[in-house]
Amino acid sequence: MGERPEFRGVAGEALRHDSALKHTTGEALYVDDIFEPAGTLYLAPGTADVTCGCILRMDLAAVREAPGVVSVLTAADVPGNNDVSPTGCGDDPLLAKSELHFHRQPVFAVIARSYQEARSAARLGKIDVAPSDPILTIDQALKAGTFVSEQRQMGRGDWQTALEDAPHHAKGTAWSGGQDHFYLEGQVSLAVPAEDGGVHIYCSTQHPSEVQHATATVLGLTDRSVTVEVRRMGGGFGGKETQAAQWAALAALAAVKTGQAVKCRLDRDDDMLMTGKRHEFKGDWHVGFDDEGRIMAADIHLASRCGFSRDLSDPVNDRAMLHADNAYFYPAVRIRSDRCRTHTVSNTAFRGFGGPQGMLVAEQMIQAIAHQVGKDPLDVRKINFYGRGTRDLTPYHMQVEDFILDDLVEELEVTSRYRQRRQEIGEYNLSSPIVRRGLALTPVKFGISFTNTIFNQAGALLHVYKDGSIQLNHGGTEMGQGLFIKVAQVVAQELQVDIDQIQITATHTGKVPNTSATAASSGSDLNGMAAMNAARTIRRRLTAFASNHYGVPETEIAFYSGRIQIGARKVSFSDLVMEAYLNRVQLSATGFYRTPKIHWDPITATGRPFYYFAYGAAVTEVAIDLLTGENRVIAVDILHDVGRSLNPAVDKGQIEGGFIQGMGWLTTEELWWDTSGRLKTHAPSTYKIPTCSDRPEHFRIRIFEAGKNPEATIYRSKAVGEPPLMLALSVHQAIVDAISSVNAYRDLPHLPAPATPEAILNAVDALRERKAA
Amino acid sequence: MSKVHVSTIINDDTVEFLCESEQTLLDVLRDDLRLTGSKEGCASGDCGACSVIMDGRLVCACLLLAAEAEGSTIETIEGMANGSDLHPLQQQFLDHAALQCGVCTPGFLIAAKALLDRNPDPTETEVRYWLAGNLCRCTGYDKIVRAVLDTAAETRN
Ligand code: FES
Ligand code: FES
Repeated sequence: MGERPEFRGVAGEALRHDSALKHTTGEALYVDDIFEPAGTLYLAPGTADVTCGCILRMDLAAVREAPGVVSVLTAADVPGNNDVSPTGCGDDPLLAKSELHFHRQPVFAVIARSYQEARSAARLGKIDVAPSDPILTIDQALKAGTFVSEQRQMGRGDWQTALEDAPHHAKGTAWSGGQDHFYLEGQVSLAVPAEDGGVHIYCSTQHPSEVQHATATVLGLTDRSVTVEVRRMGGGFGGKETQAAQWAALAALAAVKTGQAVKCRLDRDDDMLMTGKRHEFKGDWHVGFDDEGRIMAADIHLASRCGFSRDLSDPVNDRAMLHADNAYFYPAVRIRSDRCRTHTVSNTAFRGFGGPQGMLVAEQMIQAIAHQVGKDPLDVRKINFYGRGTRDLTPYHMQVEDFILDDLVEELEVTSRYRQRRQEIGEYNLSSPIVRRGLALTPVKFGISFTNTIFNQAGALLHVYKDGSIQLNHGGTEMGQGLFIKVAQVVAQELQVDIDQIQITATHTGKVPNTSATAASSGSDLNGMAAMNAARTIRRRLTAFASNHYGVPETEIAFYSGRIQIGARKVSFSDLVMEAYLNRVQLSATGFYRTPKIHWDPITATGRPFYYFAYGAAVTEVAIDLLTGENRVIAVDILHDVGRSLNPAVDKGQIEGGFIQGMGWLTTEELWWDTSGRLKTHAPSTYKIPTCSDRPEHFRIRIFEAGKNPEATIYRSKAVGEPPLMLALSVHQAIVDAISSVNAYRDLPHLPAPATPEAILNAVDALRERKAA
Repeated sequence: MSKVHVSTIINDDTVEFLCESEQTLLDVLRDDLRLTGSKEGCASGDCGACSVIMDGRLVCACLLLAAEAEGSTIETIEGMANGSDLHPLQQQFLDHAALQCGVCTPGFLIAAKALLDRNPDPTETEVRYWLAGNLCRCTGYDKIVRAVLDTAAETRN
């Protein structure tokens, strides 16, 4: 064990992000920083200033004649299919051909010698459109009956009778707004022409294989002709899962057309106007409960704004349904979901993927019940938690086998001094006429796995060079979440080599094919296992070789701390590798993984969509100003379950960032369209993500020590990308709590999300009117 | 159109360049001088990803015309470390894991340096409000604020 100190990087260590040093020196290259090939051209999308209607005529003469313009592309230039939809259903045109579906939908693309020239020329297009009346909101779409797909239903038990029989009832509507991803690096692709009509794309995407396939489809090629490479993204959050394809395919088409490299980088406004966002949701709920506040039956109707095309709206809405229970057992339940088609940009994946919107409904129901039965909401939460061995069936008939929230919440309740603070806040509010405080503890139970079972597979490629150095490649992409370092730690653990011996390389469709998106929090679960399998293959081969070569039984060969013990002999990893090479042992391996146990039928809404659940809880205290509606998050205590953490430093970063992003969604981030369908909040000047000054003064994050994944995930860790975002539901509930102090907690206010100062003031006024009446 | 000749000192080096009159300083830094550590997050002065220090003042390079840099001294992220010796702020950002995707990191470091240059002993509130012009979408700012405060404390001792 003497060698131990020099040896770094096994799983569980809090290593820094693999690119951290390069990030601090500015040397990390993002797509827009890569040295461009000589003669690189630039692409800018051109649009019409109309929301929707029929395109009558396009006059692009002025665009073509503008300085620096090399070429202009329209739908007519697409050699293959004019479609970049992830479902392949043909509803996401690369460039709109005859119909416009949303304001700022790309109609043509300018290729010019400089960015400025491309952008200036893009404004010169004259597009005549016969406008039609847009359908913009969920209510308008529900009324008009426009949907991107069929209504889905799930349920269990005789919900109708159970609801009728319940002694108490509450009803309400949970509204939640959309959210722009606001990755700090916008959508960007650099396409370089390759041999035989193909193309190599440097792209900022969470889903290289899909970008590859969409581009091939557009170009009329097969996937083998397109290579997509992703070293890192400047943030993704779901926004670069399907939404990267259009810009990559445009750049690729332009590159193939001109024979030169072409870069397409959206500026912030175009990015916000032209790419999909989190789905806005309306959740009507009706719940029946007993005198204690125990839920007897629930009837929930979700409807969401999907935008003009299907994109990922089906799985997003499925996940909303799958989380409309959050952590609570519904003895009888019906959940319906409508996927509304609107004349707005097509909404897409966003961290949580519908889960947050579904959970908001559950938490609002709990708050209403608590209010009616006159209990602390925490007590109502607890009596409605899933049970262990009983009361453990979800609305989709999956048994919850790993429920740990009783213990986790108990611990947080004590360490955060929840009960004492509840008391203190009550007293504070009595003596504070203008500033009011509120408190809430909300739990999270989030299902891990892609609900589309097919996607739960991953591949890895591991090369060991004869000098003992290692190159690691897998299908996952790095967007800042620390996936690459985690997977490298897995390899270091398996081969017992120092982390610095492993070179992490860009995700590349030419190395690992048919990858799934780095999404659904599954990155390290899937790719970590695939890399582990690859490393184990190498280890097996080396072991077999060593056994043979040195005449020692395999049972006496062990890898530890940079050394291999072969009987009485100790050999360094690199010496053994060289020896193996000289004896013609294969030193490259692939690894593959498929998640076991899962199956899901979205039509009947039954099965086991999730391999396991990730859990957490947060206590949040807020202050609001009754005169201005201003609000502040004062204190946050989080206890989160990541199983056996692969890297606690990375995991804590995910928890912190996820919470703040959720807080933004629920408080400051407001997407606002005018009545003609124009998004008016398309820059950081009007769209407010949290800033440094919004950081809670007290912000304590702890990892649940007792956490361990009962399922055989990579070293019993748990996924961490998405679940923490939903911890922020406590912010919204705490604001509701603070508002209801206005009339001595007699009424619960109706507060939509985001709880902007305006929304808070409206809620306060409504309560005051009720008080006066 | 004739190009504008500009002489500056960037990261202690004398740098002369020709630019178009409408080119921003950020574009020249990134595209012509290949100093790509400064990033464009918004191009409208709202995100701080393009932060540089010009003549001792923190500025958004996306809001300045390159021609305005004539005669000025500019510090960018590329000049922050002294060879392989990291600036204390860089080291603290590393130690605190105050970064994720890293696009905002150069801007935060430059902005924090500008703060500590003028106020070596800022309060937490001062740090928070000074850095409020820099957006980060990945972290929750918590570790960033701590890294800056710890750097200040360390440098004072
Ligand atoms: S790019 Fe300059 S402030 Fe955002
Ligand atoms: S680390 Fe990604 S924006 Fe700050």
